[in-house]
Formats: sequence, structure tokens, C-alpha cells
Amino acid sequence: MKHFIFAVVLATLISTTMWGQQSTAPAADTAALEQKFRDMEDRIIALEGQVRALKATAAQAQPAPVTSPETATEPSPLVSGTAPAETSATSSSSAFARPINLGGASNAGKALNPDISVIGDFIGVAGHNSISPSPALEMHESEIGLQAIIDPYARGDFFLSFGEKGVNVEEAFITFTALPAGFTARVGKMRSAFGKVNMMHNHVLPFVDRPLVSNSLTGGEDGIDDAGFSLEHILPAPKGIFLDVTAQLFRGDSGGGNQLVFQSHRKSDVSTVEHLRAYKDLTESTNLDIGLSYARGHNELGSAFLTQLYGVDATVHWKPLRRAIYHSFVGRGEFIWSQRQQLPVEQRAFGFYTSGEYQLGRRWFVGGRYDLSDRSRFANQTDKGGSAILTYWPSEFSQIRTQYRYTKYAENIGAHEVLFQVLFSLGAHGAHPF
Amino acid sequence: MQNLNGIRALVAVTLGMALSAVPAAAKKLNVVTSTSDLAALTMEVGGDRINVDSIAKGYQDPHFVEAKPSFLLKLKQADVLLVVGLELEIGWLPPLITQSGNPKVQVGGQGYLDASQFAEILEIPSGPVSRAMGDVHPLGNPHYWLDPANGRRIARGVANKLGELDPNDAPYFQDRFKDFDRRLSDAEKKWDAEMSPYRGRKVVTYHNSATNFAKHFGLNVMGYVEPRPGIPPTPGHTIELMGLMKRDKIKVILVEPYFDLKTPDSIARETGGKVIVFLPSVGGEKEVTDYFKLFDYDIALLMKAFQETN
Repeated sequence: MKHFIFAVVLATLISTTMWGQQSTAPAADTAALEQKFRDMEDRIIALEGQVRALKATAAQAQPAPVTSPETATEPSPLVSGTAPAETSATSSSSAFARPINLGGASNAGKALNPDISVIGDFIGVAGHNSISPSPALEMHESEIGLQAIIDPYARGDFFLSFGEKGVNVEEAFITFTALPAGFTARVGKMRSAFGKVNMMHNHVLPFVDRPLVSNSLTGGEDGIDDAGFSLEHILPAPKGIFLDVTAQLFRGDSGGGNQLVFQSHRKSDVSTVEHLRAYKDLTESTNLDIGLSYARGHNELGSAFLTQLYGVDATVHWKPLRRAIYHSFVGRGEFIWSQRQQLPVEQRAFGFYTSGEYQLGRRWFVGGRYDLSDRSRFANQTDKGGSAILTYWPSEFSQIRTQYRYTKYAENIGAHEVLFQVLFSLGAHGAHPF
Repeated sequence: MQNLNGIRALVAVTLGMALSAVPAAAKKLNVVTSTSDLAALTMEVGGDRINVDSIAKGYQDPHFVEAKPSFLLKLKQADVLLVVGLELEIGWLPPLITQSGNPKVQVGGQGYLDASQFAEILEIPSGPVSRAMGDVHPLGNPHYWLDPANGRRIARGVANKLGELDPNDAPYFQDRFKDFDRRLSDAEKKWDAEMSPYRGRKVVTYHNSATNFAKHFGLNVMGYVEPRPGIPPTPGHTIELMGLMKRDKIKVILVEPYFDLKTPDSIARETGGKVIVFLPSVGGEKEVTDYFKLFDYDIALLMKAFQETN
């Protein structure tokens, strides 16, 4: 392709020079030549741009807009220095639009490979905790992300998380982005839209661990994460408010072991999650984000036993635009009510956390969190706790953090722990939603 | 019968009004740009036949924009999304595009326009790229709009795109482009003349964002306050840079408005240099409202700094 460009450019230059030599008034021609030269430069840059665009999106048969095509090998004759200023941005594009495909993996073909990323999450824990023990040192998770645009109508995202043993398809879904009437649909396995923390992958959590309320009421690390459909729509709202509703239908299996939230016993035991989100920019640098969530499904006791979850979340973000990379604050609270049918009586549990993270400088963050949660199966047992965290970012692609955590369990046992985490990311990991 | 005719007439009139009103009202193309510079260039060619809105503010680091949901409201209505490309917006724009639910602005969609295809791109890495080089852009330096020649090329590309989407107004956009081209050529002559005494001057910049500007005006960028793109200054690198500045008698440090001035200030104190807050984008200061004023502002700043440090 490059050779072709050079050939075209060379041919044009030669013909230009010849035309220049034939001219009889050399002085007047200088300006014309200069102009011609500049046009030529523009044309080369346009061609370079096209090559880049083609390399980047070889599959999308949507080349740059073509207007007033003018063949590059036959420059239009110039008359006394007035060159056409608007040289076409793309010329003889037909030769480029159909790259020769000899089969096998050409470079252009590789451009279509999905974006691949790997995120390592190493955790070390010191201190004694007899209720919920953690290993001393652990390669907690290696998350592989594969993301690409599938076709003009959809994109695909895969997140596979490898523990030290075993693999889990954390998320794998297709997003239909070109639906009519502003709907966005997802099909596959995904983290459900229940609240804030449930949507987050481990590596974007503001703390090393998940809050107590997630562990006690919404399935812990796995969370409400299931196979099904999701439909999202932005609703019209006044005064610059962003209002967005999500409705999801899942098979009905979420969480595991003693953190099980939903279990499906027959095909009709589906679970649903609904989420309403309202967001508003209060000022240029401050915004408020409020969510209401509802989830309903069947629990492990059988099809007749329902678990319902209600959630309220609120987040305040502050980030001054002029100093966006140096200072920021996020304050967040999430309140969850669980209503679980079981024998002998239904259990109504409540839990919440409130947390704040402040960015001290370009690389340093501090944060604190208060935790309280009843246990979903024994609502009269309440665990409480608090955490403080210090995070250091060597670069955008790695984080080192230390968290002190105190938990006072319902059994009246206290646990002091220090958690240490290193997160590191390889490759092109797509940005996460705000 | 009379009544029926009356209704028919009414329906016809209403329909006629609706039909004539709709094209006139729905005519204006909504253009959303990722940065304020692209918005300014689009404004030059689009005039009052389009609406333009930019996501990032001119005083904001375009690498680190938050993907706020309020931007989705803009994207939802957009006919055209104009982006800088070269992975400048990779950290925040893709989820916005996906969530917008607007087929027109999806990558490869009719309204998705990557301005980098029109511009001269510098510093395209020829060898293998790794993150050991910092936050490098494997596709080349994305700060390409700071060369008036690229501004012209982008404007031309935008005018063509707008004309393609709105053929009725295509001549209008082309006329506006020609007018912009003329005014830009005049301004360029003035800027070139103003900067000509300082061609070949050596400067230091905070981030590697002035490459195209430096090339156009013949400045030599000798070093960066950041040891690697996106990596904050380190003591070792700062000392090295001060040594370089003393040895090569470099006096001017250009800092983008979104970076902390502490390190550049201490470097300037140590080397007898001068720090100037150079604007990479339209809207970086209140008075810098268009593409011309951006160069006016930066060139005035540079001239003053060069004179003072002579």
C-alpha cells in the first residue's frame, strides 16, 4: 500500500515539475508552485490518514467521505497561481478500499482481534479472623477481558476470572447498541444492575474487599451475577437530569454456598432485577447519582420460597476539572433491605455502608468506610465494622494499597486485620462505565 | 357534507403545516465533539446551520475526562460525533458511545467521524511499543490540532461530512470553509511573521502535547517535565532536566493548564527560566473562544516569554 502511495506521489511530482519547466514566466510561477506543493502535502496527509483509517477499521466498509474526486495521477492544469484549494480529501480511493486479501492473518486482520487485557489482583491478609478467615497470601484473581465491536449493531465483552483454582465466567455478553427508540439491550451473563458495588469488578472496587452488606445480603464477591437479558432505556427528564431505567431477567441462580442469594429449582424460577438511576450535575465539578434497585428470586429452600431485595444508593462525586488528575472525592452510601422467606419465619434483614475516598495528589488516595449488616438468614445477628485505606498509584496501570479493617461480629468476636493488595493491568482494558 | 369538507380542509392545512414545519425545524444537525478545539473548527464551517457541543472543556486534560451520564444526554441527540481519535479518548468515550443507544454515532456509523484521518500525525512509533515508555499512544501523537495546517484539513473534512449528511446545505458549508481557509491563511502569515524571530528556539514542555505546534513554528522541544508521558515528575528526572536546560540554555517551560505548577516553578527558579501556562485547547481561558484566538493567545505568551528571557 505504501509503495502505491509513493508511486502516486512521485508521478504527481514529476508531472508537476515538467509542467513547471514548460512555463514561460518562472517568477509568477513560484507562488503557484508553492501552492501546488502545499496541495500535494495535503494530499499525502489525506492518503496517510486513509491508510490509518483502513488499518484501524479494515472490516467496516465505510471509507472517509468522498467528495469531488480528482485522480491523483492527473493533476488539473493550473492557471496563473490560482490552485484549487479544496483538493479532495480522498482520491482514487477505490484502489485502497479493496485491500488484496491473500488469506491468513494479515496485519489488517489482526486489527480485528478483540482488545485483550489481563488484570492481576494479589491480596495478602495479616491478622486473626475466626469467623471469616482469609488466606495469608493469594493471587486472588486474574481477570481476562476480551472486548470488541462485533458489527455496526453490537459489541461484545468477555470477562473471565481465574482464581488460583478454577475459572469463572464473570461476564460474557453482547450489547445491541443500534436498537430503535434509544433502547440498549444485553444478552449473556452479566453482573446485575442492583446498586453500585454489585456492578463493580474486583479491580475497580474502592477498597480491597467488598462491604459487609454485600457479603451478607447480596452474594458477596460473585454478587447477583447471572445469565439472562437486560434492557436499558434513558427516560426523558427535565432540568438536565439523567434518568435511566434498567430491567433484567435472569435464570435465577446467584451467589453460592452460604452467600447464596437466588436458586432456580425449575425453569419458571427466574429472577428479575430492576434499577432506576437519576443523575445530575450540580456544578461542573460536582454531581449526584441516586439509584433505586429491586431484585426478586427464589432461594435454596424451594420454588415456594422467595427472596426480595430492595436497595437505595447515593453517590456524590467531586472532581475539579482544572486539577482533575490531582484531586477528587467520592462519597457513597448503599442501603439494602432483604426479605427472605424461610422456615419457621420470614427474615427481614437490613444492612448498609457509607464510604468516602479522597485523592490527595496525583498518586495518593485515602479512604474510609463504615459497615453494618444483619445476616440474611438470621436477621437478629448484626455484624459491624470499619476500614481505612491508603492507595498508591505508580501509574494508571497499577495500584498498591493497604487497608486496615476492624470487624465486630454478632458472636461478639472482634477481628483486626491488615489487607495488602497489588493490582496490575496489561493490555487494552476498556473503560468501565461511570 | 359541509362539515366533512371542513374537516378535510383542516386536516390538509394541519398536515401541510406539519410537513413544512418539520424539515425546517429538524434541519439543524447536532454535532457533538470530544474536545473544544474540534467544536471550534466545526463551528467555523457549520455556522448557524448546526448545533455544536463539546464534551471536554478546554481547561481539562482530554486524557482524563469522566464519562458522566449527563454526556449521554448530548450523545443521544447527536447526528455527528467528532473525535480526536488516536486513542486520546480511549479512557472515557467508548462506554459513552455504547450506552448512548444512538446508532448514528457508533464507531463505523454514519455520524462517527475521526478527525485524525484528515491531519498530519507525528511521532507514530515505528518500533514495538510498550508501557515501559509510559502512557504512549501507539497510533501517534494525538495533540495534532495545534498546527493551523491541520486545523484547515480538519475543517475541510468536517465541511465535507456535514455536506454529505445535509446535502441542501453543502454549498453553505463549503463557502464557510473557503472563508475560514482565507482567514486562517491571513492569520497564519501574521503568526509566522510574529514567530519568525524565534524559530529554532529551544523549549521544554510538561506533557508531549506541543509537537505539532513546535513543528509548525520551528521550535525545538528538547525535553519534558514528565519523565514519560502520563508519569508524574520524579526527582531524578527533574535534576536531569535542569542540567539539560542549563547546558542548552533553555529558558521557557510550557505547561498545560491542567498540570500542577510546583515542579515546573522550581525548575524555573533553579535554571533562571520562565514558566508559561500554554493553552492546548480553545476555552482554556475565558477569552480564548475560537481557533484563531487560541493561536493569538499562545503566540503572544511565547513571544513575551522569549523576549523576557533573552
